[in-house]
Amino acid sequence: MTESDFLEVVIPFKDKVFRLAKRLLVSTEEAEDATQELYFKLWKNKNKMSDYKNIEAFAMTMTKNYCFDRLKSKQASNLTLVHSNYKEKETALEKKVEYKDSVSRVHQLIEELPEQQKIIIQMRDVEQYEFDEICEMTSMKPTAVRVALSRARKTIREQLLKAHQYGVS
Amino acid sequence: MELASIEKLIVKYLNAETTLQEENTLKNYFTGGNVAPHLQEYIELFSYFAIAKDETFDKPIRLKTESKVRRNFYRLSIAASFALMFSVFVGYNQYQRYQAEKKFAEISKGLKLLSNTWKKGENAVAGLYAYEQAVKKILD
Repeated sequence: MTESDFLEVVIPFKDKVFRLAKRLLVSTEEAEDATQELYFKLWKNKNKMSDYKNIEAFAMTMTKNYCFDRLKSKQASNLTLVHSNYKEKETALEKKVEYKDSVSRVHQLIEELPEQQKIIIQMRDVEQYEFDEICEMTSMKPTAVRVALSRARKTIREQLLKAHQYGVS
Repeated sequence: MELASIEKLIVKYLNAETTLQEENTLKNYFTGGNVAPHLQEYIELFSYFAIAKDETFDKPIRLKTESKVRRNFYRLSIAASFALMFSVFVGYNQYQRYQAEKKFAEISKGLKLLSNTWKKGENAVAGLYAYEQAVKKILD
């Protein structure tokens, strides 16, 4: 497999990898590093890649595991990522000014979810993967995925409802 | 889209039972503008999902650095094996030469010894011959 063949296969889902990494690692820089690192790993394992039916799912699983490792080592070194200790670069999100406030509220609500639910919300509601793909990527049972997704959606909805009822914006 | 069916879809959505198609229907409804007042809170949610997909990874992907290091190791190992072969070759030659010189020295030493002894014998024989001549003279 040459470099251009490899890139042709893996480039289409680079944004998905990046967005998942960002969902988990929060900061853009961290997510960029993670994405880069991940593509290194994929490139190193390129000979094994043909063994996997769904390379994209394989890459997403690797992303998930890699980010978990990163988070673990972060916790070990007692450095947690919160919105206050890094400066967010300007992203596509901020460009859409009219949505900015409400959008960042949903963003924040997702951030407060448990890791597992975060991943599933990201995969389903943002990336729109099918349920069987999500099962493959997270190595979870279909019912577990649905339960986690339902919980995540209900939690976000309740928080949004609360914000609306109290007129907080 | 009728409000009743949207409400039904929302219940299904919250239970994580909707298909991707149904979720797209919801997304279109809530980002389309004309939303029923009691469902306002979903506008935020679905417009966020729509926008969250816009974020892209724009940096070029680097694959080279590591393979370059590996290639250097590869080259280095080839060079090292050549150096090793060359030194073994030279060393072997030197050893052969040393062995040959040693053998030559031994042989020449042996030959010298032989020739010395030979000379001694010759002298002795010459002496004997002279003696014999003398005896003959006396007898004659």
